[in-house]
Amino acid sequence: MSKEKIKVDRQEMPLQDAAARSKNFNEVSLGYTLEQALLEASRCLTCKKPQCIEGCPVDVEIPSFIKFIQEENFQSAINKIKEKNNLPAICGRVCPQENQCEKYCIIGKKSKPVAIGRLERFAADWEMKHGDTKSNPVEPTGKKVAVVGSGPSGLTVAADLAMLGHEVTVMEALHIPGGVLVYGIPEFRLPKAIVQREIDSIKKLGVTVKTNAVVGKINTVDELLNGDYDAVFIGTGAGLPYFMDIPGENYNGVYSANEFLTRNNLMKGYLFPEYMTPIKIGEKVAVIGAGNVAMDSARTALRLGAKECYIVYRRSENEMPARKEEIEHAVEEGVQLQLLTSPVEIIGDESGRVKALICQRFELGEPDESGRRSPVAIPGSEYEMEMDTVIMALGQGPNPLISQTTPDLQTNKRGNIAADEATGQTSKPGVFAGGDIVTGAATVIKAMGAGKKAAKAIHEYLTAN
Amino acid sequence: MFQIIKKEILAPSIKLFNVSAPEIAAKAQPGQFIILRIDEKGERIPLTIADFDREKGLLTLIFQEVGRSTKELGELNEGDSILDLVGPLGMPSDIEKFGRVICVGGGVGVAPVYPITRAMKQAGNEVISIIGARNGESLILEQEMQKVSDQLYVVTDDGSAGMKGFVTTKLQEILAEEKKPDLIVAIGPLVMMQAVSELTRPYGIKTVVSLNSIMVDGTGMCGACRVPVGSKTQFACVDGPEFDGHQVDWAVAAMRARMFTDEEKIAMDRYHHHAGGECQCQKKK
Repeated sequence: MSKEKIKVDRQEMPLQDAAARSKNFNEVSLGYTLEQALLEASRCLTCKKPQCIEGCPVDVEIPSFIKFIQEENFQSAINKIKEKNNLPAICGRVCPQENQCEKYCIIGKKSKPVAIGRLERFAADWEMKHGDTKSNPVEPTGKKVAVVGSGPSGLTVAADLAMLGHEVTVMEALHIPGGVLVYGIPEFRLPKAIVQREIDSIKKLGVTVKTNAVVGKINTVDELLNGDYDAVFIGTGAGLPYFMDIPGENYNGVYSANEFLTRNNLMKGYLFPEYMTPIKIGEKVAVIGAGNVAMDSARTALRLGAKECYIVYRRSENEMPARKEEIEHAVEEGVQLQLLTSPVEIIGDESGRVKALICQRFELGEPDESGRRSPVAIPGSEYEMEMDTVIMALGQGPNPLISQTTPDLQTNKRGNIAADEATGQTSKPGVFAGGDIVTGAATVIKAMGAGKKAAKAIHEYLTAN
Repeated sequence: MFQIIKKEILAPSIKLFNVSAPEIAAKAQPGQFIILRIDEKGERIPLTIADFDREKGLLTLIFQEVGRSTKELGELNEGDSILDLVGPLGMPSDIEKFGRVICVGGGVGVAPVYPITRAMKQAGNEVISIIGARNGESLILEQEMQKVSDQLYVVTDDGSAGMKGFVTTKLQEILAEEKKPDLIVAIGPLVMMQAVSELTRPYGIKTVVSLNSIMVDGTGMCGACRVPVGSKTQFACVDGPEFDGHQVDWAVAAMRARMFTDEEKIAMDRYHHHAGGECQCQKKK
């Protein structure tokens, strides 16, 4: 029986054609057809002692939901996922499953692992088309929780606490909720309608979402605690862009990836001048960095009309932190990798616009503390590349607005909020934190995992009183 | 939604709105700003808070119609609503008893100078104000500034109101007097703030300016508003908007203000195309 199952090949994800998609912002991955989903689900052994769950930060009961797909009971499949994960349509799209659930799949030892993420997406998309989110009315506890930030961790906390009967208000600084899911991840990878739909389903649980609310400015964490709220969760993410501190970084045409992506994704700069926020790209674009944000920036630049777009990275392809799939998609679309090289200066013209990038070549030395081989600069190897736009995708730090205005909230040297890994408890009673604001920039699902743990701890805190 | 309770035309291209925003009005301080978005397709427009009424829950916004978005904003009327309004953003002005303070406002920059001037006066300072404009018609808030200043000087480029000259002409005269001010606050066009800073530098008088940089989120997330101040790169939205005028790299500030000149023109052309009725489309509400 099990041998037969392995004979079915892992179903490839249908994609928009590379040449066509590099000119539009429609979603690249089209999702499994019903037939593909059933074939792929049939590959799962529904192990008695499943390893895959260990790889899931939110403990989705993977074999159970896949079994429902095998039985064509899709509503039960999505319900099963939603017991643990309130954002399945998002996770099915942006989770790095190859490093998580799929990494542990038994089938993957001899063949390719079951495409768990694609099946999760299938179930979530099925529900969007056919199902309806049911809300289970729960007995209100009378406790109020303020959630600061509406990204993956905040939404997870909000949903979990609402399902336990607490009254939750999510406060978002921007004018649309979703955090990085909205301003950071582009439409072609995560359609905004999907994010909106997931947020709507969380609102149906009774969660209030307040936009244009900058906690730290309009009110402080102390004011929230002294006012209406019994507990506060801080999930403000990694929103502070890093620059390289090299000469010429202030020339016009140098963007942080945050600015570039926010102009495009949140403000719909790609529709300028119908939408009023401009975005300027030119013909030659260099993206500095090689994480997922860098890939998103490069692929966005191509879609905005850049003729040439380079990923400039000081290590080699093996060390690139982006998901393999994202790198492959970027290269298919025409993004060029300039590896083992890094900028040392940006040159501008007399009007102050970027004209060129001076880079220096690197070679790989001994492994550093990250375990990756460290880049070593080659003296005298500087060279110049003509460039119109430079996008800095070097990672993000924690936004200090909350820690600055909450004196007794401890932070570490980098400015991340200090919080217990198992509970999210901070140094301040009643205040919990999770996601990138605690760990530094990581993934959507890790932030959700932290949100799960914090929600559990907040519930215990509220009910113990 | 944030309703416009009152609209006033202060000068040919300068308008005043009183907007209902009780939560922001409750927290606003002199020197801070808000960001608004007119409608679904709008950009995020930063505007310095010109005044606030905590009891009535009102914010006063004064803006000059310089581009398409501010022109569209100016078309809104009493009773209309603004889709998004967020704030108060940025650091408040440092208000304390310094002694003798000169407040300088140029053009629409008089608007943000007004609440700072009032607060300086309330803090017990001797306040001398200089407000300037191209001509008498473009001069705003003269009476209001009069009320909160020990002495008010008006200057216009063409001499149609007050003294003929620039705000720096008057400031130079005052500095030439014996009693030096302890602090100067100057808000207006970049060239004016730079000129004031250069003028006061040899005297060693601390000069605070407020940068109206290009920004998107206004919470430190995008870095569009970055400017070198002394040896550090600062974000106008969270580290400012007020900075030491002697430390600001004015060349970079001016250069970065030109980032989207081409796009601003495209947007304006499109605006005229629609507003002028050249196209047959419905003018959007």
